[in-house]
Amino acid sequence: METLSFAFPAGLPASRRAQVGCVGSGDLEVLLEPGQAGSLNIQVVTSVNGSAERWRHLFERMFAGANPPALNVDIHDFGATPGVVRLRLEQALEEVSDV
Amino acid sequence: MSDLNALLHSRSFVELGARQRAAALLDQGSLRDLLDPFARVKSPWLEAQGIVAQADDGVVVAKGSIGGRPVVIAAIEGNFQGGSLGEVGGAKLAGALELAAEDNRNGIPTAAVLLLETGGVRLQEANLGLAAIAEVQAAIVEVRQYQPVIGVVAGPVGCFGGMSIAAGLCSHLLVTREARLGLNGPQVIEQEAGLDEYDSRDRPFIWSLTGGEQRAACGLVDAYLADEVSVIRECLLQTLEQPGEALPRSRQYARFLDLLARFDAAPQADAASVRALYQGDQA
Repeated sequence: METLSFAFPAGLPASRRAQVGCVGSGDLEVLLEPGQAGSLNIQVVTSVNGSAERWRHLFERMFAGANPPALNVDIHDFGATPGVVRLRLEQALEEVSDV
Repeated sequence: MSDLNALLHSRSFVELGARQRAAALLDQGSLRDLLDPFARVKSPWLEAQGIVAQADDGVVVAKGSIGGRPVVIAAIEGNFQGGSLGEVGGAKLAGALELAAEDNRNGIPTAAVLLLETGGVRLQEANLGLAAIAEVQAAIVEVRQYQPVIGVVAGPVGCFGGMSIAAGLCSHLLVTREARLGLNGPQVIEQEAGLDEYDSRDRPFIWSLTGGEQRAACGLVDAYLADEVSVIRECLLQTLEQPGEALPRSRQYARFLDLLARFDAAPQADAASVRALYQGDQA
């Protein structure tokens, strides 16, 4: 088990919070809460050791230069593949978006 | 064509997660989470053992209404650690039931609905989980004096271990075909009795003995339902409306002890012989 932290520049705080997924085999739980304006902070607790690079690449692809909302993101991962992680993150972001 | 339409518009209950299940059965918009995931009351024991914890410890407890009647609802998430109950999840479940009991003592007729998807006690939390399950059982017995305590076992995990006893204590128990209900889980029995007697990977055999259909045929549950949200909700509405006067099964122990005494355990039990025993008794 490993705990990892990431931070990205962001826009204004999201207006609500969201929880999606479950700490089940091949899945993960994502909790989004409004953060401080300008910053997206992500904390990952994962059952898979040595996966920091994989998480960093995934988040960079999603958030770098994308001006995401300011959020505190908690991820509890139980061996989800990058595809599942992205799906869950997009699902959670959709729930906090104002559209 | 109408069958196809029904199929296209059906909404599976089994496929829903714990929170979705609770929300789907309550009156729309009435769900009020008690200790939601953002409260982050999670297991303090799992991470020390290298296991990732879930923010709500896999147990959703909420207040709400069904057909306008006040209920507490608790849903166990079967995908997190097999729906196992540890210290926190067990305390949430027991606490929800105790709230229902308190409401009733104060003249508010709150019923309880338990969505049971659990292998029983969480082995990583051992005695703390067992103690919590004992509290859950005591609380079920208390609440059922006032209002129905309706257990729903939908599957696919089923309901085993100490929580199968809790299911047995419920005033009403509803199952689907996907459900299983038994004291020991299949792998536990296989390990104890041997592969020749009980092959946990033989799914038709396992379901023939512990599945929802068999439990219904034996009169051990009150309703055998299709895996459809509206059907399960309708059954809850009816049960709350007309709970009936039947004695809880756990109060009928004399009848069950008599059945057990008459059962010949020498030949390997199968679905038919078990049904014959229970149905002979009902006739």
